[in-house]
Amino acid sequence: MSLVFNEDQVMLQESARSFCREQAPVAVLRKMRDTKDPLGYPKELWQSMVELGWAGMTVPEAYGGFEFGYSGLGIVLEETGRTLVPAPLVSTVLLSATAINLAGSEAQKSALLPAIASGESIVAFALEEGAFHNPAQVALSAVKTADGYELSGHKKFVLDAAAADHFVIVARSAGKAGDTDGISLFVVDVNAPGISIQPLSMVDSRSAANVSFDKVKVPANALMGAEGAGWPALQRTLDIARIGLSAEMLGSIQEVFDRIVDYLKQRTQFGVQIGAFQALQHRAALMYSEVELCKSLVRKALSELDRGDEAEDIPALASMCKAKLSEVSALISNEGVQMHGGIGMTDEFDLGFFLKRARVAQQTLGDALFHRDRYATLRGF
Amino acid sequence: MSDLESFRAQTRAWLEENCPASMRTPAPEDEVVWGGRHAVYKNPDSKLWLDRMAAKGWTCPTWSAEYGGGGLDKAQSLILAEEMQRISARPPLVSFGISMLGPVLLEMATHEQKLEHIPKIVRGEIRWCQGYSEPGAGSDLAGLACKAILDGDHYVINGSKIWTSYADKADWIFCLVRTDFDVPKHNGISFILFDMQTPGVTTKPIKLISGNSVFCETFFDDARVPAGNVVGRLNDGWTIAKRLLQHERTMISGFGLTSGRNNRGGLSGNLEQTAMKYRGDTDKLSDPALRDQIAQFRIDSEAFALTSQRSAQEAKLSKGPNATSSMLKNYGCELNKRRYELLLQAVGTQALGWESLTEDASDFASEELAVAREWLRSKGNSIEGGTYEVQLNVIAKRVLGLPDMTSMIEKQSGKL
Ligand SMILES: Cc1cc2nc3c(=O)[nH]c(=O)nc-3n(C[C@H](O)[C@H](O)[C@H](O)COP(=O)(O)OP(=O)(O)OC[C@H]3O[C@@H](n4cnc5c(N)ncnc54)[C@H](O)[C@@H]3O)c2cc1C
Repeated sequence: MSLVFNEDQVMLQESARSFCREQAPVAVLRKMRDTKDPLGYPKELWQSMVELGWAGMTVPEAYGGFEFGYSGLGIVLEETGRTLVPAPLVSTVLLSATAINLAGSEAQKSALLPAIASGESIVAFALEEGAFHNPAQVALSAVKTADGYELSGHKKFVLDAAAADHFVIVARSAGKAGDTDGISLFVVDVNAPGISIQPLSMVDSRSAANVSFDKVKVPANALMGAEGAGWPALQRTLDIARIGLSAEMLGSIQEVFDRIVDYLKQRTQFGVQIGAFQALQHRAALMYSEVELCKSLVRKALSELDRGDEAEDIPALASMCKAKLSEVSALISNEGVQMHGGIGMTDEFDLGFFLKRARVAQQTLGDALFHRDRYATLRGF
Repeated sequence: MSDLESFRAQTRAWLEENCPASMRTPAPEDEVVWGGRHAVYKNPDSKLWLDRMAAKGWTCPTWSAEYGGGGLDKAQSLILAEEMQRISARPPLVSFGISMLGPVLLEMATHEQKLEHIPKIVRGEIRWCQGYSEPGAGSDLAGLACKAILDGDHYVINGSKIWTSYADKADWIFCLVRTDFDVPKHNGISFILFDMQTPGVTTKPIKLISGNSVFCETFFDDARVPAGNVVGRLNDGWTIAKRLLQHERTMISGFGLTSGRNNRGGLSGNLEQTAMKYRGDTDKLSDPALRDQIAQFRIDSEAFALTSQRSAQEAKLSKGPNATSSMLKNYGCELNKRRYELLLQAVGTQALGWESLTEDASDFASEELAVAREWLRSKGNSIEGGTYEVQLNVIAKRVLGLPDMTSMIEKQSGKL
């Protein structure tokens, strides 16, 4: 198994990098923030990304996708992390499209996957209910009715809810919060009566909302997969998304690290480049090692996803990625500010955006503590 | 069947037939085979195993068959390693000749020098030691003072080395000496080989904090060495010295890999199982803080193993070990040190015994005592082969391209 990019992958990386640098530099995110854009990302930008095939990279060809594989999607995500591109990649591509593909019926897949791949549809993923990632804790209730289900409860931190036409909803049709049995997945039109969306203003300036479901009546065919048996597909979806998000974080980590090293060479104090000071050199060298470890983990996890082997170690790899990347992302975003001195604290300078995105990405789909705990369980201790 | 498949089948059959049963268990410290004139084989199977493997050149599988090596390509040597792993076969021979000197001789020595030294390394006949560090030249290795003066067709060597691992057990030494005194320090060093039995060579063991004496002070008083024993060009020894250090670092970084763990007699079972056993836990480690630390350690270990793999794949595309060997050395060493610190936490005071005072080991089991000794030994990992701090300097300078602090200091003090 190769952990080094092949020629095609290098080409994809180059084209994704120049796209992000030219069409979606950090200034784009800054503008979204400054104009309080309700959608959270520029529609035309997303359309250009869709035209490059980024929305359908892992969608099967039969449903209008390109089956380019996870390594390819990972490369794209890494580049979007380098410039903090605001786009519904995590919500729609990593989470919802994956869940629909894994758990959806033929009809659900045919209706939604081509629409996602072509950019017509944005599907948000409604999972969290508290301030911490905790999928088994889902309590939003799905009660069976004569002709379908009635959904009631509250979802928090739903990414890209404002732009979505559908939600994938993780609900509980049996059991109590904490049980992994009794979880059901639904896909529902955002305009269904009883749904209300309360937008959130997050530090990373990306789009998220709290969403309430007040006795929302949905037809029986809104259910994805078997009632009460959604946990395995949910786990798999989350693992894929955790690995994808780790790829995005890897991009941000590398970008901040590159900026640090550049600054160490450029800034002079006491008559020398500050990079000559050993206190800074050693911290930079330690960060370099951590970045290299992150790269290896993410590449391994992505290529294992592409192997599609049943015996693979995806849950542990996903937790390793998310734990390690969260840790290193905290380290590097902090050092980024510190090593730039006063200028690192200014809003005009981009580093603050990376620091803020880092913390939100760390919490999204589980932080380092969550994933070390999960990893230990998976490894039997 | 493809060539590689039939190679695997033949290798498997050969190993089945030739690897003695007792060589299919982890080697306790006193059964590790280092070879040399004075080698003692506590377990006679070790000698048998060594001779059989050496006859095929499989102690050094990828070295050229012309010099006694196995002549295998990368893919074949990988298969050999996998097949050995499959039956838990011990390495037949470990030595500085294999991990450090040999690769450098193959790359930089003359044909005659290779013919003289490589086959003896392969067969484990000559054990080598490394004469680099001196009392006044540690991290600043190029500041070394041990001198070699030409007298006819011999060099006369005077000076001393320190921390020379296994100098008292070694047959030959690869040594850095100063051969030009009027040039910048890096440009007057030569790389020379000589027999430890040369008159004028003496050694004195130094006791370590772990209680063992693995290294020595080594003294040279008018030791006469044939001029032909210089490897590479005269005064160009620094190039060879650095190349060898890269190999050494790659070897030491292996301590961070589970396969390369340097615990031999220690507790069987991994860290988390040990921690659970000593707490009487059955399905989950009951101390949440320790559990989190062990998980973090294990994730870093897995990420490190993948990084070593990736670095090897990248090295294959370029050429040999590169500056990342400093990064791997450091990370591997820190992991090994972390592992022992966690092991102490896992086992508590039972890991802190120095020796057993009872006949039935009811106070401390021997594997518990081994933990303490290995924990102490692991502290040297970030000193040997160039210290942790020096590796960080190398990464900052070579990989990140940051200004070279040491040369700035030296320039200022006019020492260059
Ligand atoms: C177990 C073991 C086995 C060894 N085996 C051998 C052997 O077989 N052959 C051999 O030749 N040598 C051997 N060594 C020696 C080893 O290579 C040296 O100890 C090492 O290079 C450090 O040199 P020093 O001990 O003089 O420490 P010093 O160089 O004096 O270092 C002292 C401290 O200062 C720090 N320091 C020094 N320079 C810098 C700098 N520029 N920037 C920041 N910090 C700095 C060091 O990192 C260290 O923390 C062995 C050492 C050990 C521990």
